[in-house]
Amino acid sequence: MTDVIASTGVTTARPLVGQAGPKPVRSMRGWLVTLVFVGALAASWGPAEMGRWTYLFSDAGNMASYAKDFLKPDFKEWASYLNEMLVTIQIALWGTFLAVLLSIPFGILSAHNMAPWWVLHPVRRLMDLFRAIHEIVFAVLFVVAVGLGPFAGVMALFVHTTGILAKLFSEAVEAIDPRPVEAIRTTGASRLQQVIFGVIPQVLPLWISFSLYRLESNIRSATVLGLIGAGGIGQVLFESIRGFYYPQASAILIIVVATVTLMDILSQQLRKVVI
Amino acid sequence: MTEITPLALSVTNLSKRYGETRALNGVSLMLEQGEMVALIGASGSGKSTLIRHIAGLEIGDGDGGRVEILGAVSQAGGRMNREAARGRVAVIFQQFNLVGRLSVLTNVLIGHLGRIPRWRGTLGLFNAPEKDKAHAALARVGIPQVAAQRASTLSGGQQQRAAIARTLVQEARILIADEPISALDPSAARRVMDVLADISREDGITVLVSLHQVEYARRYCRRTIAMRDGAIVYDGPSTALSNDFLAELYGAASEELVLPDAAPSSPADPMAPTGADPAKRQAALATV
Repeated sequence: MTDVIASTGVTTARPLVGQAGPKPVRSMRGWLVTLVFVGALAASWGPAEMGRWTYLFSDAGNMASYAKDFLKPDFKEWASYLNEMLVTIQIALWGTFLAVLLSIPFGILSAHNMAPWWVLHPVRRLMDLFRAIHEIVFAVLFVVAVGLGPFAGVMALFVHTTGILAKLFSEAVEAIDPRPVEAIRTTGASRLQQVIFGVIPQVLPLWISFSLYRLESNIRSATVLGLIGAGGIGQVLFESIRGFYYPQASAILIIVVATVTLMDILSQQLRKVVI
Repeated sequence: MTEITPLALSVTNLSKRYGETRALNGVSLMLEQGEMVALIGASGSGKSTLIRHIAGLEIGDGDGGRVEILGAVSQAGGRMNREAARGRVAVIFQQFNLVGRLSVLTNVLIGHLGRIPRWRGTLGLFNAPEKDKAHAALARVGIPQVAAQRASTLSGGQQQRAAIARTLVQEARILIADEPISALDPSAARRVMDVLADISREDGITVLVSLHQVEYARRYCRRTIAMRDGAIVYDGPSTALSNDFLAELYGAASEELVLPDAAPSSPADPMAPTGADPAKRQAALATV
């Protein structure tokens, strides 16, 4: 074995020295990256409690009964599930709508071709803040502020989505053709009129497309928000899992997956119409 | 040319520097009301920069240069007077600069924005007389049938005529056109130049049109201003612009200005502007 390695090493090393100097350096870097990556994985093994992987098999009985119950979805209370699913969609709808309304001014004010730096930077940092904090965290905060229920979910989605949409909207505004806006400026139109007639028509298709996409993902998020008490189907799902009602939980999950898929298809069709 | 009426446009000693390059170098020019004047020069000679200053889109260096429009100062010493600068000069551009996704009619109605109450313009509430005027302007430039179409569906020539309709609605007494025909084919270019000449003749509107090709200057404008390296190098009758003279002015760059096939080297141009009084202006304006 060692013989083979040594001999191949010698035969390949000769021509390398002659023509390609940087090659050994590059392979050194490759080794280093691999080493760091493996090291990070090893260091994380303990804290992540990866040692418990055997439990997946030692408690195989639990897993099997879990799976068995999930394989028999119980749709007895389908009407109430659908009702809660509807509430979740309604939470997402209002959260997204409010976010779109606010993202229009914020998106324009955080575009470098529209606003002076002393407006641009404060608005951008505020949007960064909105975006950096996960909607679950906002939901927890709003549950404290406005109490348990769907409204806390609406507010959480609203704030987080504003941060995202304002950034996407401003990127669309930064990519417009400035020349039509200039032409409108020469007619004596005000700044606001330049935006309404020159900027908005150019970005509208993209804006609508972004908004529909966010509505779609907010329906998924709203489901999760129910877990921390912000209303909708997620709350029912969480309660049935905690109460070991796995057949019911299974039915709810099926309804969620079907709804999300349906909304995906619907919003895709809508976006096609707009653009 | 009585002395009572103010000049349509007066530019005095205007300079503009972008970093190291001098885009405009002490430019001065005057336009009488109702004139149609060509502005020629190779690319990079400062035509567009000059036009953007007159239109109030750029501010010159703060060394005393000034622009006056119908006697009112629109910028002086690097400071802009927005009231005088915007809306009183109508501008058309090389790339038409219509808003492609809006209807042609809305694009023309935008010409009203500087003149009607601000809240009404902002909400897009144009009244019936304003719409009638927009339709009339489209009819005047020969494209009344496209009012409801999206601007992006028109051909280049039609788009440029829609842009001219917008300036008609704006009711400015001065129209400046930045290379309005260089993106058009010859027949569309002629039609656009005909419309501009008609506006100048019928409505007495002052027209300053920058052109890439001297042919059109000779045919449509009695007076031509020529630029090179940010300065005016000729200002006088277009008939004097023989090919030899252009070669003298521009050297090798003159090839860019002359159509290779249509090149009468004699100044006596059979295509001279119609219905004009040739003795009116002439030598008095020749400078440099």
